Order: sequence, then C-alpha cells, then structure tokens
Amino acid sequence: MRLEYFQMVDRITRLDTDARQIAADCQVPDESPIFEGHFPGHPIMPGVLMIETMAQTGGWLVLATLRFASMPFLAQVKEAKMRAFVAPGAALQAEAELLHDGSGYAVVKGRIASGGKTAAEAEVRYRVVPFPNETLRGQMLDTARRIGVPEAFFHAA
Amino acid sequence: MSSTFETVAGIISETCDIPREKITPESHAINDLGIDSLDFLDVAFAIDKAFGIKMPLEQWTQEVNDGKVSSDRYFVLKDLCDNIDALVAAKAA
Repeated sequence: MRLEYFQMVDRITRLDTDARQIAADCQVPDESPIFEGHFPGHPIMPGVLMIETMAQTGGWLVLATLRFASMPFLAQVKEAKMRAFVAPGAALQAEAELLHDGSGYAVVKGRIASGGKTAAEAEVRYRVVPFPNETLRGQMLDTARRIGVPEAFFHAA
Repeated sequence: MSSTFETVAGIISETCDIPREKITPESHAINDLGIDSLDFLDVAFAIDKAFGIKMPLEQWTQEVNDGKVSSDRYFVLKDLCDNIDALVAAKAA
C-alpha cells in the first residue's frame, strides 16, 4: 500500500468474474506521515482508508467484470464496520463479492481480514459511468497490470 | 394493484423519508417525488425483497437511455406497480 497515493491494493490474488469474487493482498506500510497524526503514540490505519481499500478492491472486480469498458466511482457506503485496530506493518487480505451490477450502479460486499480475523466490512456502491478520458483509462490499465489483473480481463469477452 | 401500490408507497416513504400522503399512483418517482437514482436503488432492492422478484433494472435503464420507452413506464408508480405485478405473475407461472 502507498497510502499517500491512495494505492491501496498491492496484488490481486484471486479474480473470478463468473463467481463474482475478488481477493487481494494489501501490505500496510511500517511508516507513513498518516500515522504521525492518526494517532500520536498509537498509530492505526484510519477507518476511511480501510473503507477506501474495500472500495478499490471491489472496484477492480467491477472493472474486470466490465472488461474496463466503464469506470466505477464510489457513490455510497453502507453498514461500514471497523472491527479491529490495524497497526503499521499489518498484512491485510481484502475481498469483495459483486451483489449487483447493471442499472448504472454496482454493489459489492467488501471485507478485510488481518491475521485471519475480520478487521472491517462494508457494502460499497458505485456509480458506473464511461471513462471521462483516455488518460484515466490508460492509468487504470497500467495499475491493473502492476497489481496482477490478468490480461484476459482487459478486452471485451 | 392497490395492495402492490400500498406496499411500494410504504417502501418509498420509509426509504426516502417522504410523507406517505404525498405518494400517489400518478406520482413520478423522480420528477414528482424527487427520488434520485441512488436512492431509487434502495427502493428497487426493497421492492425485490418484498415481492420475491428481481426487477430487470439494467434492461429498463437501457430501454430508457436508448429512447425506446419513456421513463414514465418505470417511474410513474402505477406503471411501476403494473410491472411488479407482471413480474410476480411470471414468477408464479
């Protein structure tokens, strides 16, 4: 994870658009300016970044399902729960299941585990729209390759 | 139709915090009641659950976007209720 750049997902470990599921590894850095303020003497991952991690993990699932034809933007977070403190250096496993797509929206159920226990969960909803420009689409494809989205998902089925 | 409408009106009132008396069969969910598409998603999910159906939102959205039908067909509540009744009947058949 590079928290300051909002790069929350390090590596996709499972991606199955038929089963509508994705899993990813996310390594919390040992050091970050974020931990200096959140909190002094008790550094933990901010809940909003845990939510962002679930949103990005689910977002890659939506992108892969749509073969990168449209872009999901965060629209709503429901029932977000932070169940445990996540400290610097923690190895997180994020996963998401696609509950709904079409209709201009996508809905996923996201979860983050740390040390085998659920650290956070939420239902995340996205507004799915055409890419606003080719720059963004190109960057998303570059990032997808870097984090291990298989090439087969980059093109129409 | 009437019991379908009562259920749908109750869902809309509760989900979108709209006074029940403002909701009529002639109301257009977006133009008259001011429900935006994000809130309508919650309404749709609650309707699916209440009636044991799955409204084909993707198909409906596509038809409206393609100009094949007016949005009234799916967003005026009496028309929405007709569509729900048809889906319930198709499921029972």
